[in-house]
Amino acid sequence: MTIANGNLLEVKNLRTYFETEDGIVKAVDDISFQLERGETLGIVGESGSGKSVTNLSIIRLVPDPPGKIVSGEVIFNGSDLLLLPNEAIRKIRGRRIAMIFQDPMTSLNPFMKISRQLMEMTQLHLGHSKSQAYSHAIRMLETVGIPDARERADNYPHEFSGGMRQRVMIAMALSCEPELLIADEPTTALDVTIQAQILELIKKLKSETGTSVILITHDLGVVAGMTDHVIVMYAGKIFEQARTKELFALPGNPYTKGLLKSVPDPTALQGKLYQIPGLPPDVAHLKPGCPFAPRCDSAQDICRREFPPFVQLNADHYSLCHFAREVYSESGGATAAL
Amino acid sequence: MSAAESALLSIRDLKVYFDLGGGGPLDKLFGTNPVKRVVKAVDGVSIDIYKGETLGLVGESGCGKSTLGRAILRLIEPTEGHVFYQDRDLADLSSRQLREQRRHLQIIFQDPYASLNPRMTVGQIVGEPLETFRLARGREAEQRVQELLETVGLSKRFVKRYPHEFSGGQRQRIGIARALAVDPDFIVADEPISALDVSIQAQIMNLLEKLRREKNLTYLFISHDLRAIRHVSDRVAVMYLGKLVEIADAKTIYDEPLMPYTKALISAVPVPDPQVEAARQRIMLEGDVPSPINPPAGCRFHTRCPYAIEACREVVPQLVEIKPAHFAACIRISPAQPHIEDVPPGAAPGLDKEQKV
Repeated sequence: MTIANGNLLEVKNLRTYFETEDGIVKAVDDISFQLERGETLGIVGESGSGKSVTNLSIIRLVPDPPGKIVSGEVIFNGSDLLLLPNEAIRKIRGRRIAMIFQDPMTSLNPFMKISRQLMEMTQLHLGHSKSQAYSHAIRMLETVGIPDARERADNYPHEFSGGMRQRVMIAMALSCEPELLIADEPTTALDVTIQAQILELIKKLKSETGTSVILITHDLGVVAGMTDHVIVMYAGKIFEQARTKELFALPGNPYTKGLLKSVPDPTALQGKLYQIPGLPPDVAHLKPGCPFAPRCDSAQDICRREFPPFVQLNADHYSLCHFAREVYSESGGATAAL
Repeated sequence: MSAAESALLSIRDLKVYFDLGGGGPLDKLFGTNPVKRVVKAVDGVSIDIYKGETLGLVGESGCGKSTLGRAILRLIEPTEGHVFYQDRDLADLSSRQLREQRRHLQIIFQDPYASLNPRMTVGQIVGEPLETFRLARGREAEQRVQELLETVGLSKRFVKRYPHEFSGGQRQRIGIARALAVDPDFIVADEPISALDVSIQAQIMNLLEKLRREKNLTYLFISHDLRAIRHVSDRVAVMYLGKLVEIADAKTIYDEPLMPYTKALISAVPVPDPQVEAARQRIMLEGDVPSPINPPAGCRFHTRCPYAIEACREVVPQLVEIKPAHFAACIRISPAQPHIEDVPPGAAPGLDKEQKV
């Protein structure tokens, strides 16, 4: 395998648009980021921010029509996934890039035994024989902590609880030892004690296999505990990206700042919760200027007139804001001379 | 528990059972479901809700928290027990009397998409309770609807619009306006922010808090989100498989939880701070919440509890005031030995007060 500058994945100027009755929705609009081998990248954003479409674009699962990847590159291990023929991308999906979705109820086939669904993966991608695939399936179920895996393997999805189904999804996703795991809100549908189990499991398996992970979530708490880098998305754009520690300590974008303040911190005292006023924008009808300007406390005239620049604040830290440096130094960050 | 005078609502030994059938003569004949199956969704809950407070009710899915909220308002008929409100037992009222009481007791639902009639305008939705209870009509009702919309932060121009024209957060505001229309004393807020985005959740929590202060409301705030519960509540009650297992004020329950389930629950909450997260030791619970159909005997948490001993399988723990105003249901702690970590292995200082069930 070619290891080009340590990045497993490079997304460059990706644009994914949807044609709707309402006009063109720029769900993902010119975003770029990298994922280093072995690291976990968090993508945070509210509904409609484009975080899920970004990942569907990476694995080319954007429903077309109405969606279309308009431009950009997705360099995975040196080759551009967007240029590959369908046949080739199918060999990568599930084999080298695996996915876990939010709702384990709808992502498993209700008519198939768990074992068969797991076996399909390795029979297809690794050329396992039936018996090889079966024993591999059992081993994977054991790895993800399904009790009595041997007996449970022949159950149907409805006989599993939500947390167990998500474990099965993880077993399936990891059964071909992918290089990249994309987890789209993997714990949103689960209870908090089960969420803790699943996140711990992903962490453990990641450290054992060295898989790189993209974790999409709206929960800043999950991001804080799980990721090395974070991307904050809003209205189809990357508003901020940084190392996780840096982003939480020294946010350089008013949206990130607002988001961090509006999450109640159980360790802090009660008081009025900070709230970002207004509603997320309708991405089909964006006005010129910064998409966050109508909700931003510190918006100036320029914010409503001109689209903001993507400012580099530090080695790994970028923010989409006219006043990124000011916001950053207000958070206590010292901008390096760049 | 504390004196009943300051309580707005007193819930006593409330039970809601759902009979799933089975165990009948025909079942025995055909061999289908030979055992009678009953879901004990709420199983003997007693608590006071004080005037002007927000009582947070927290628990995982299937623990019965929503059923409890609805049984209090009799939107689900309780199987047994009492709900005292203004010296009357709501559980005993005829449907006409109950309807009268509903003026004072309202609910806000989780799903702002499903709880508003799509064929009614916002004006009709918010105005309907006024009509039902004959509180206002004609011009006066219109005026009142406009005021209500402004109270919840919506423009009064919205009266002629339909629910589908609004976002989730705005719909939740409409639901709140509808609940406020009858000037209630008490509102059950059943997961009111769970379906909303983070930035909108903060808006709705602040709105509810503002309304509570201005209108002297009392809330039962039901949620699985411990961070939200911690933020909005004065006191918090933790529910597990139909029973309350711990009650204390919101700060105490976070800083010093006593019952092992509460400890695990709180330790599972992700904190939005990478440094805190890196330093944390989580209490990992094994396995899933057991099925509420024929739940475990004894303490219902014993199947997952890292501290469980033999007696926990048999004895149903009662809520005991372990510390002042801090109640927990666990036989392995007592007022003299409140911290389970310090209790010698195998000891059950709370046991002699318990009754075997």
